[in-house]
Amino acid sequence: MKSNQEEYHNFRASLRSFLSEAAHPYIDQWEFDQSIDRLFWEDIGAAGFLGICTPKVYGGAGLDKRYLCILAQETSRCFSGGFSAAIVGHVSLAMEYINAFASDAIKNKYLPDSCKGTKIGCLAITEPNTGSDVANIKAEAKDVGDYYLINGTKTFITNGHFADYIVLAAKTDMQKKSAGISLFVVDKNIPGIHSKQLNKLGWHASDTAEIFLDQVKIPKNQLIGELNMGFYYIMQNFALERLILSIGAVESSLFVLMFTLENIHSNVFQAKNEFLNQVFRHRVAQLMAELECLKVYNDCIIEAMCNDENVMNACAKTKLLATELSDKVMTECIQLLGANGYIEDNKVARSFRDSRLGRIGGGTSEIMKEIISKFEIDLIN
Amino acid sequence: MQSLYFNDEHEMFRASLKDFLNKEVIPNIEQWEHERKIPKSLWKKFGDMGYFGINFPEEYGGMNLDFFYSVVFIEEISSCFSGGFAILPMVQSYMSSPYILHHASDELKKTLLPSIISGDKICSIAISEPGAGSDVMNIQTKAIRDGDNYIVNGAKTFITNAFYGDYLIAVVKTDPSAGANGISLLLIDNHSKGISKRKLNKLGWHASDTAELNFDDVIVPRTHLIGDEGMGFYYLMGGLQLERLIGAIGGYAGSESAIQYTLKYMNERSAFGRKINKFQVLRHRIAQLCSETESIKYFTYHCCKMHESGEYAVKQCSMAKLLATELANKVATECLQCFGGYGYMEDFKIARFFRDSRIGTIGGGTSEVMREIIAKMIIDGQEYEEA
Repeated sequence: MKSNQEEYHNFRASLRSFLSEAAHPYIDQWEFDQSIDRLFWEDIGAAGFLGICTPKVYGGAGLDKRYLCILAQETSRCFSGGFSAAIVGHVSLAMEYINAFASDAIKNKYLPDSCKGTKIGCLAITEPNTGSDVANIKAEAKDVGDYYLINGTKTFITNGHFADYIVLAAKTDMQKKSAGISLFVVDKNIPGIHSKQLNKLGWHASDTAEIFLDQVKIPKNQLIGELNMGFYYIMQNFALERLILSIGAVESSLFVLMFTLENIHSNVFQAKNEFLNQVFRHRVAQLMAELECLKVYNDCIIEAMCNDENVMNACAKTKLLATELSDKVMTECIQLLGANGYIEDNKVARSFRDSRLGRIGGGTSEIMKEIISKFEIDLIN
Repeated sequence: MQSLYFNDEHEMFRASLKDFLNKEVIPNIEQWEHERKIPKSLWKKFGDMGYFGINFPEEYGGMNLDFFYSVVFIEEISSCFSGGFAILPMVQSYMSSPYILHHASDELKKTLLPSIISGDKICSIAISEPGAGSDVMNIQTKAIRDGDNYIVNGAKTFITNAFYGDYLIAVVKTDPSAGANGISLLLIDNHSKGISKRKLNKLGWHASDTAELNFDDVIVPRTHLIGDEGMGFYYLMGGLQLERLIGAIGGYAGSESAIQYTLKYMNERSAFGRKINKFQVLRHRIAQLCSETESIKYFTYHCCKMHESGEYAVKQCSMAKLLATELANKVATECLQCFGGYGYMEDFKIARFFRDSRIGTIGGGTSEVMREIIAKMIIDGQEYEEA
C-alpha cells in the first residue's frame, strides 16, 4: 500500500532517537514549569522536524503528510500530551495554514523562523462563547482603510501564551456567518494584545491561553488567502487536525498500555496464574484489538488523504473513536497498575489526565457525531 | 478509500454478483428460511457462476482470482439478510475445502475439488463434539486403522451443511494417546453406512442445516486421510485463520447492510411530528455504529491483505473476528431498537438479522477464545507458525 517505507522508517528512527535525547529527560521539568524550554524549540527546529511539511524554499523539507503523522505518533510516546500538543500544534495548525493558504510574503516572513523554532505559532479560533460552532465567532477585523482593526477574545489557545504569532480567525463581514470569516497572521508582541495562561486539568507542558485583542492594528497584507474564505480554510484543515488527534490518541494509548504491561505488579500476569487473572488478560486483549484496528484505519485515511480523497467523514469517525478509546485505555491502565497507577511517579497518572482532553479539543465527540450523521443520514457531502 | 483495496474489475464482479443475488437469492429467502432448507439447484447455479472456486486453481475448475474477489463475494452474500444462506458458501469454499486444496493428496484433490467447485457436492468441516468445542485437543471421535481402512466411532455436533451435505472433513483422533499430535483430518462421505444424523433446531440461521452426527463403525478408506497422520491439529490452526477472517468480513458487511436498512426505515417513519432520523439521540447512535463499522472494515481489509500475501496473521485475524462479530451483535440490538415494535415483527428483516448475528461471537472460536489467543500473544509473547 505504501511507498517509500524505508524512508518513513528512517525518519521515524531519527526522530525517536532525537526525542529520547533532547526531550525525554526534560519532560518532567517542562510539565512542572508549564512550558517547554525555548532552547528545545530551537533544537528540534535545527534537527529539521518542524519544517517537515513546509516547502524547501521556505526552509522546510517539503515532505508529505505521512511525515506529519509520524511526528504526531513519536511525540505521543513521551507521557506528555502537552508536549505533543505544543509541537504538533505549531506544525500542523499554525504553520500548516500558512503553508497551505498564505501569500508568498507571509510565507517568507514566518515560515523560515517557524522551521527553525525561533518563532512559534498558535491557531486561535475558539472564543469564550463559541467553541465548536465556528460560524458564530464574535472577534471582528474591521477594514479601516490602511489596516484592519481587530477586537475580540480568544480562549483555550494551545501555545497561545508563549507564541510569537497567532493565526487568527475573525469576522470581516459581521452580517454573514461562515461566509464572513477571514484568517490573519498577527504578531503577538504588537500593541493591544495580551494573554493569560490557563490552569488546566492536564496537558501541563503546554501553555494554553486566553488572548485579548483590543484595538489591534494589523497591516492589510497580513490576511491569509482571500477575504471571507477563512471558514472554508478551517474546514479544510479540520480533517487533518482530527486525523492527527486520532493518531496521537492511538499511539499514546498503545505506548501507555505496553508500558503498563511491562511494569505491572509481577504476580498479576504470571503464566501459571493464567486462569486467575483471566479478566485482566481479556481486558488487555480487547483494548489491544481496538487500538490495532484504529491504527490500521488511520493508515488507510492517511493514504486516502495523500491521494487527495475527501476524508472529512472518516476523520470525524476516527477522531471520535480514538479519543474515546484513549480514555478507556488510560482508565484501565490505572486499574491494572493498582495504587501505583495513582502515584505521579508513575507516568500513567499523567497520561490519564492528558487523555481527557481528546474528546473535547478539535471538536467534541458530540460534534463528531453531528458531522458523521450529516454524512451518513442526510447524505450531505 | 475503497480504492486502496479494490480495482474496477473487483467492482464489476460485485455488480454482476449483485445481479445474480437479486435474481436467484433475494426473492426466495423468505421461503428458504420458512422451510429451513435451500434447494440444491441453487448451489449448482453458484457452481456454474464460478462462485465456489474464486480462489481455487483453474485445474480443479476454479477461477484463481485474488483474495479481494472473495472479500467482495463474502460481503455481498452477507448483505442478503439471511445468515443461514450465507454460511453455506462460506463453509464450502473457505472453511472446509481449503484443507483439501492445501494438504490432501493429488488424487484426493482431483476426485473431490471439481465436484465441490461445481456445486454438485456440498462440504462441511466437523470439529465440535458434544463434549469439546473450542478445546480441539480434547475431542473424542476416534479413527482406528484396520487394514486399508479407518474405523470411525464418535459424535460431532453443530456441523453446518452436514444434514443435507455430501462431504465431511472430520477432525478425528488417529492416536488417542498422543494429544494434539494424535489428531488427523479425514474426508468422510456423509452418506456412508454407520452415520446417523439429527437436524438441530436453532435460534437463527434457519435456512441453514446444522447437524449432530453419530459415527458407528463407519468405514473410511485410508486414502481419505488429508495430509499426514497426526498433523490435523496444526492444519486446523492454519485453516482457522481464514475461517475467522471470513467471519470478520461477514460481521462488518452484515452490520453495514443492517445500518443501511435501518436508515431507510428511519427516513420513512415519523414520530412526534417529525421523521425519526431527525432525533439527535438516534442520529448519534447511528454515527457511532457507522464509525465502528468502517474502522473494523478497514482493519479487516488489512488482515485480508496480509492473508493474500501469505502472512500467518493469527493475532490480527483473531482481533478482526472478535471486533467484527461483537460489532454485529451491537448493531443488531441497536438497529432493532430504531424500528420500535416493528423491529420485533418478522415482517422486517431486522428481526432475522438480530437472530442470525448472534452466532457470530460463538462460531469459529468464541470471543472469549479470541481474547485468550490475543492475550497469549501480547502478554506472554507466544508466537505461532504455520504448519
